Amino acid sequence: MAILLAFPLLGILVMLQTVVASRLPLLYGTADLVLLALTAWGLQERVETAWIWAFIGGVMVSFVSGLPFFTPLIGYLLVTALTRYLRRRVWQTPILVMFLATFVGTLILHGLSLAALELAGDPYPLGESLRLITLPSALLNLLLALPVYAFINDIARWLYPVEVEI
Amino acid sequence: MNLLSRRFLRAATLALVVIGLVGLALGGYLGPLYRYTINPLVGVQSWLSSRYMAFYDFLTVPRDVASLRERNVELESEVSRLQAQVVELQQQISELQVLSALVEFARTRPENRYIAAAVIGRDPSPFLHYIIIDHGSDSGLKHGMPVVTQQGLVGRIDAVTSGAARVQLITDPGSAVNVRLQTSQRESILQGSITGDLSLEMIPQDITLQQGEVILTSGLGGSYPANLFVGQVVGVRRRESDLFQTASVQSVVDFSSLKVVLVITNFKPVDIAPLVPTPIP
Repeated sequence: MAILLAFPLLGILVMLQTVVASRLPLLYGTADLVLLALTAWGLQERVETAWIWAFIGGVMVSFVSGLPFFTPLIGYLLVTALTRYLRRRVWQTPILVMFLATFVGTLILHGLSLAALELAGDPYPLGESLRLITLPSALLNLLLALPVYAFINDIARWLYPVEVEI
Repeated sequence: MNLLSRRFLRAATLALVVIGLVGLALGGYLGPLYRYTINPLVGVQSWLSSRYMAFYDFLTVPRDVASLRERNVELESEVSRLQAQVVELQQQISELQVLSALVEFARTRPENRYIAAAVIGRDPSPFLHYIIIDHGSDSGLKHGMPVVTQQGLVGRIDAVTSGAARVQLITDPGSAVNVRLQTSQRESILQGSITGDLSLEMIPQDITLQQGEVILTSGLGGSYPANLFVGQVVGVRRRESDLFQTASVQSVVDFSSLKVVLVITNFKPVDIAPLVPTPIP
């Protein structure tokens, strides 16, 4: 069920990303809704499908984006690895972990994008990219981290209800 | 007899008085008398009428307020519906203006064949300046086809699916367009950037660039057809120590609000990669 849900949910998020989020930049950075959803999903306690979600989301974004070498797929898998690691280490304050994973995840994804573009022959100025794209994107992602976490948390509770012994 | 004559006299007197009064009234001689007798009555009637109407209003106003409120709600909903209709019509007018401008542009260049496509999205990565359009290989679109609007060059198709295509804008940092300066007829390269600004690179130092100089595609390299309008020079950066000078270019196309674009379908891009010499190891 959780895997089946990933297709429509991540599909809608990719569409929102290309139609809405990409047209609402802060400086030149934009929010990454798929990254936020995958990070929030990976932090849920009972969720075991985080890797599959990351794969599905990564393939979807790689299909739409012009970034070379399936960069979004690799990036989302790395972010999921980070999220799962943080969840094992810090289990009491998932909101704080969400913020941390969002910020570091944005840096990872943008670092990978820059490296892939550099390899593809399109050199990007690092300082300018960091100042005009990465940091504004990270700020937007942090602003949206809380509502996205709450939304994904509700979905996780709906899919994996807590069993109560009577 | 005596009684009869007395009654007759009384009736005759009364008749004479009535006839006299009617005669005076018809003659207008009773006007002052009317004024003094009727005016107070009119005043009393006015006062009575106003009091009655006030009382009537007091009794009937609540019902009127309710009906007025209902009517107000009806009218407000009608206004909302009409406002939505106005917005929709304004949007249709805006789209019609864009489309008619594109048709006009296509008419002025009958040598090209065009397919109009709506912009349905942008690349998810903020590093890339790509748009997604709603036509693909089913409509005959292919990789490398140039994309324009009535205002000038937009970019070229980078990837195609059956129903959609991804277009690399000329503002993308990975985009390089061979262009020609209209006045001096010299070639240069137009480069995009992460901020979406356009700059001319590799301009020889012996050329004197003026603000407002028109930039057209040169057709060199086979990626774009020649003589497509690209933009105008807005600033020149020239240093004696450099080999080349650079210039900032302003495109007329507003890349942030692209809605409809035209794909030139009868242009076949040339792949010159095999002709580029590679260094011998």
